[in-house]
This record gives sequence, structure tokens and C-alpha cells, in this order.
Amino acid sequence: MNIADSTELICFLILSAVIVSGSLAVVLLENIVYSAFILGGVFMAVAGLYLLLNASFVAAAQILVYVGAVNVLILFAIMLVNKKENLKPIEGLKTRKFISGGVCGGLLILLLRVSITTKWKLPGPTSIGEEATERIGEHLFTDYLLPFELASILLLMAMIGAIVLARRDVTIPKDSINDFKNKKSLINNNIPLLSENSLK
Amino acid sequence: MNSGIDLEMSFTQGVQHLGLSHELAHLLWIPLPMLLVLVSAVIGVLVTVWLERKISAAAQQRIGPEYAGALGILQPMADGLKLLVKEDIIPARADSVLFTVGPILVLVPVILSWLIVPFGQNLLISNVGIGIFLWIALSSIQPIGLLMSGYSSNNKYSLLGGLRAAAQSISYEIPLALAVLAIVMMSNSLSTVDIVEQQNTAGFLSWNIWRQPVGFIIFWICALAECERLPFDLPEAEEELVAGYQTEYAGMKFALFYLAGYINLVLSALLVSVLYLGGWGFPISIDWFSSLIGLSIDNPLVQIIAASLGIVMTILKAYLLVFLAILLRWTTPRVRIDQLLDLGWKFLLPISLVNLLVTASLKLAFPMTFGG
Repeated sequence: MNIADSTELICFLILSAVIVSGSLAVVLLENIVYSAFILGGVFMAVAGLYLLLNASFVAAAQILVYVGAVNVLILFAIMLVNKKENLKPIEGLKTRKFISGGVCGGLLILLLRVSITTKWKLPGPTSIGEEATERIGEHLFTDYLLPFELASILLLMAMIGAIVLARRDVTIPKDSINDFKNKKSLINNNIPLLSENSLK
Repeated sequence: MNSGIDLEMSFTQGVQHLGLSHELAHLLWIPLPMLLVLVSAVIGVLVTVWLERKISAAAQQRIGPEYAGALGILQPMADGLKLLVKEDIIPARADSVLFTVGPILVLVPVILSWLIVPFGQNLLISNVGIGIFLWIALSSIQPIGLLMSGYSSNNKYSLLGGLRAAAQSISYEIPLALAVLAIVMMSNSLSTVDIVEQQNTAGFLSWNIWRQPVGFIIFWICALAECERLPFDLPEAEEELVAGYQTEYAGMKFALFYLAGYINLVLSALLVSVLYLGGWGFPISIDWFSSLIGLSIDNPLVQIIAASLGIVMTILKAYLLVFLAILLRWTTPRVRIDQLLDLGWKFLLPISLVNLLVTASLKLAFPMTFGG
């Protein structure tokens, strides 16, 4: 075994260990902020696996999308809504855990069966390396055009939904803000105190 | 196209003559350019800090640092040494693990991005095919480090600063990436080497700045915002947030933020010169010049002169941009947070989309000038 192969093997083992232990930590840790940060680490390790497979474009896209966007948004949500809340104990927690454990175990057995019974071609297809970017672009604009467009419509729908949810068109006439009765009713109804001026 | 000087090949061949295997020679080569780039990045930072002090002094009609070395050039060294020996304080109720990892996560991606900065045909660590895209991906890791340090400091100003920093760098990354995309579309490649080569066909007339003036301005504004330089240094706005996410940091951990900020500034300047100002290209085409003297472009002397000229040109262009950034910092007022987000989302984003569209249609209409 030469140096390149052994380096690859060591990298693969380290990355797999990071992914498995990291994913367990994401699920099992009590502190949700830690879970979110470790999730970023797991995403990075997955990007490392893509790099080992010579798919550098996919690796960079993985970092950009999952670490740079998804994980940052998760962190944002956690940090902005940092509310300590005593949750009500859920009834029948044990049976619920048992059922979800059974489902996950079944899924694991299914995947294991697939990976063992499938006859993998060894060695796999040769990687096209740097050409991959062009090839992905070609596929996106020819035979995968419909899924691509559907995904963008889905994203557009999510975006419009977010705007509708975030937008609050509640305005109060300027001179009635200081009205005591008005103020009280505003607090009671939990309406944000926006004057007409503050929206400009 | 001539291949220019290939240091890696000469080095591995030289080592192989000593009786080592090819793989071992390659293994010996790998750390060398990394070390070189690390050293040059740090020296670049020292120079930039000195420039910042001197130029800010000139802008405010002061003298600036004077006693540490001639004209105060050793002042940044003194600053660094001071930070090195300062006590490393972790606030009592801070989260010590995250508090330590935060600054590292901010610094490492910035240094990694130097991987793709070319100083010449073969004078870069790795000519990866995804080149400029790697930089965009790596720079998106930084907000996590900022959020981490903001959160772990256990200080409301730090948290606000971290959130602001992350929001700012997410919103300015989009127009930045779109501006880069227009360039990529014109040069048909993500690789920084190809992008520069495509610009160096006719001296300074073929630089991308003439074909992408709008993209250049968008990229420069976004780069300044990503570096958190003054018109956009909201995350550490002194009057509102003490020092933002850096508030609780002292000693070497603070120095890491400081270093990351300045390395990022130099890196952004280098990338602007690579993307828009022809990188290592001399304003007059070297090919034309050498044929004028009557020397072949493959002549070793011409090669060496061209390579050193390339390094000088890259650094010169980058430092001109650094000078501009420093001048901007000391002469412009800070924008408000709502103005910052308005500028990013309501102005730069639509403009950069239009820029992309116009570039695409120009490429279809004039494939000769806009890269077919």
C-alpha cells in the first residue's frame, strides 16, 4: 500500500468516526446550542467524504449550503428564541421511545441488508474530477430541468410564505398611540406597537 | 500558452536526484508553499496594520507611530508581542470551550482561502478547478465562529454583535457570489488562474473592470462588508455594542480576531485584483514587450523577470485596494443597521441580478469580447 492510499484510508476512518460520534452527540446532548454547533461539524465531515470521492464541487456546495446557510439559520433561530421554558412531561414517554427506537432499528436493518446484498462494482466508476462542474450544469439544464425548476418553485413558495408570516400590517394612527385606552388594548392583544411613521 | 516557471516540478525532480521516491518528494513539497503563504499572509497583515496607523494618522493630521523602528514600521510587531504576553481571560460564566473554538473558526477559513490566490502561472498552492467557489464556500463558515464567540461570551453586547455579524455576512454573500458568477460566466472557468489568464490578452485594456464595472463596485462593497470594515463595521459599533462579539476577548484570542480581520482584508484586495484587475498581469502585455526586445518568451531570464514582475504587480494592485479601504475607513461615517440591510437586500441584490442578466445577454450577443 503506498502513501496516497494509506492517507486516504486514515482520512476516511477519521471522517467516519467524526460523522458517527458527531451525529450521536447532536441527538443525545442536552444543550441544544451544542447540538447545533456539532451539526455544523458533521456537515463539514460529510463534505470531507465528498472530497475523498474526488467530488470537490459537491463538497464546496455542501459547505456553502449546509454549513453556511442551513446551520447558520438553525443557530440564528436558537439564539434569537433563547427562551428557558419548563416543558410539560409527555405522557407515555417510554412507549414512544420504544416505538421510535423500533422504527429506527428497522430502518437500520433495511439499509444494512441493501448494502450487503447489493453487488457493488469494484473499483467504482472513475471520477471525472474538475469536469464535474460542467457535467452537473449540463444535467441540471437538460434531463433534470423539471426537478430543478420544481425545487426552485418550492423555494419560492417557502420564501413568499416567510414574507407573509413576518409581515405585520398593523398600524395605528399617530395621534392615538398615546391614548391610554388604546395602549392598554394593544398590550392585551399583543399587537406590535408600530406607528405609521416607523414603517417609512 | 507557455507554462512559466514550475517550482514544484523542479523541487520534486531535485529531491528525486537525491535518491528519494517520487511520493516522498511530493510529501516533502506539500508543507513548503503552505508555510510560505502563512508567512506572507502574516507579513501582509503587519504591513497593513502599519499602513492603517500611518494613513489614519495622516487623515487626522497626526504623525502616527514613530519611535518603534524607522517611521514606526516595528509598531505592529510591538502590538503583536503585547497581545502575545497579555493574560488570557475567560469570563467567569462564559462557555470556555465555545469561547476558545470561536476565534479559531473565524481565522482558519480565511487562511485556507489563500489556497487559491495566484501570484503567477504556477505560483499558487493549488490550482483547484473550483477555485473561486471554494473561497465563497469557505467564507460562509466564518459566521458560525462569530455566532459561537458571541454566544459563549455570556454578554448581551457580544451576542448582539455576533448576530449582527452573521446577518451581515449572510446578506452580503449573495450579491458577492452573483458578482463572481458574472465573471465566471465570462471566463468559462471557476479557476483563478484561468480567470487571470483570460484577462491578460491585451494588457490593461482586457482587464475585467472594463467589462464588469458594476460587478466591480458590487464586489468591492460586499468585500468591505464581509471584512467588517468601517462603513459597515456594525458588528463592533463602539457606540452601541462596546466591541460586539470581541468585547470579552483579551490577549491571543483577541489577536486571532484581529488577525482574521486583516488577513481577510488583504485576501479580499488580492481577489479583487485577481477578478477585476488582471491579477499578476502587467498593464502592457509581456509577450509583446519581449518580442520588442527580441527575446523569446521561453528565455529563462525573461521567465524570471516576468514571474517576479507578476508577484510585484499582484501585491501592488492589492495594496492599492488596501489603501483605498483604509482611506474609506477613516473618511466615511458608519451606516445604520437598517441602512446596511436595505443596501444589501434592496439595492445590491437586484443590481447584481441585473448585472448577471446583462452579462449573459452580452455574452450571447458579442461572444468575442465577452467570452463565448
